[in-house]
Amino acid sequence: MISVAQGSDQPIIVWDWIGRNLGNILDRTIEHLVLTAIAIVVGTLLSVILTLLALRWRRSYGPITWVTGLLYTIPSLALFTFLVPITGLSVLTAEIGLVSYTLLILVRNMVTGIDEVPQEVVDAAKGMGYTRRGRFWKIEVPLALPVIINGIRLATVTVIGLVTVTSLIGLGGLGFFILRGLQTFSSPIGTTQIFVGTALSIALAVTADLSLVALEKVATPWRPRGTP
Amino acid sequence: MIDGFLGEVIDWFTDPANWTGIDGIPNRLWEHIQMSALAMMIAAAIAVPVAVYLAHRRIGGSFVVAVVNIGRAIPSFAVVAVALPITIRMGLGLGFWPTLLALLFLAVPPLFSHAHAGVVGIDAALVDAAVGMGMTDSQVIRRVEVPLALPVLMDGGRIAAVQVVATATLGALVAWGGLGRYIIDGFATQNLPEVFAGGLLVALLAIATEGVFSLADWVIRTRQHRIVTHSHKVDV
Repeated sequence: MISVAQGSDQPIIVWDWIGRNLGNILDRTIEHLVLTAIAIVVGTLLSVILTLLALRWRRSYGPITWVTGLLYTIPSLALFTFLVPITGLSVLTAEIGLVSYTLLILVRNMVTGIDEVPQEVVDAAKGMGYTRRGRFWKIEVPLALPVIINGIRLATVTVIGLVTVTSLIGLGGLGFFILRGLQTFSSPIGTTQIFVGTALSIALAVTADLSLVALEKVATPWRPRGTP
Repeated sequence: MIDGFLGEVIDWFTDPANWTGIDGIPNRLWEHIQMSALAMMIAAAIAVPVAVYLAHRRIGGSFVVAVVNIGRAIPSFAVVAVALPITIRMGLGLGFWPTLLALLFLAVPPLFSHAHAGVVGIDAALVDAAVGMGMTDSQVIRRVEVPLALPVLMDGGRIAAVQVVATATLGALVAWGGLGRYIIDGFATQNLPEVFAGGLLVALLAIATEGVFSLADWVIRTRQHRIVTHSHKVDV
């Protein structure tokens, strides 16, 4: 006799399932990381271009934040639905959506970081004979790095979360397990998949964040230890 | 090809069948707005008083940072998914409860952190002056700290509300209604024009939500600016 009742006697997590699906879990973790990495790299490159534009022509900063802000406001799932008719259920669709979420965060932090470089430092560099370009790349960018990396941290954690939504367009990384779990929620295997997908995507976000904190320490050796 | 597709989307929008009944646009939109507003009100009722009180006593700063960081690392999609087994075990079932639970969980961190930061950020001299005028603790909170923290608090409300409206879409995955139904059902039946229409409605609602909060923010700041400039005349 098969019991279909959902008693609390059913286990929430079937540990066996995890053991039997380690290969699958690893593949999805890698997919999650690759989708995130592409979005962050492309997003950063685009944001550098937008930031250079905004710094060179201040008037463009308003429209740039307006457009990237609009992209940020549109829910990810809605954005994917606009792209599916054009680019299909593909990595390209996912990446256009993911990249568009990084832009506001990255550009805002890049521009703010450069703006917050103390004027005295810029003046001193001028006095030492730095050209405008040399000043920018050798003085302003390095000093803005903590704020810029802060933006990259925020964007990375956001994208790791959003990758799970791409399961609805046939990708998803670890979100694949969450969606599969939702579709079979009444079985213990279903809840297991929900928890595995959730726990691992949180672990990815925390690991990525801590790695970027470590990167920031390495990239800015002149900062005193212990400053956030 | 795209022309044909847009034509199908327009056909979907002009089909009278999509404007009536449970599955019609007015009902789905209303469900979406009601659920989002309900989640925001409950979340604000939970988060704001606690945050304001903690900030008034100048405690809970590191707790705020922890709440924000943890909230950020948990994908909203996962929040909806995890809410389902929880509400089922609690005997609350599918649909309404897992969606509401997930939205509450997402709305509380930004409301809490902004309410806290808003009060902590107030010029200490203003609070001292209020105490010096003989205001009691609760008067300081109600007449000085909350009004002055309002712009920051509203910013938290905006962030939470946009997030809530966006995530309410995923409620369709746990058998709730709202505008997400068009996207999820459309994908399930390979009806891409319906999916697109659903996405468009959700996007418009999110932008409208952002707009409402921006407007409220503008009104509050304008009024506050008047009060502050008036009080400056006294302040010599």
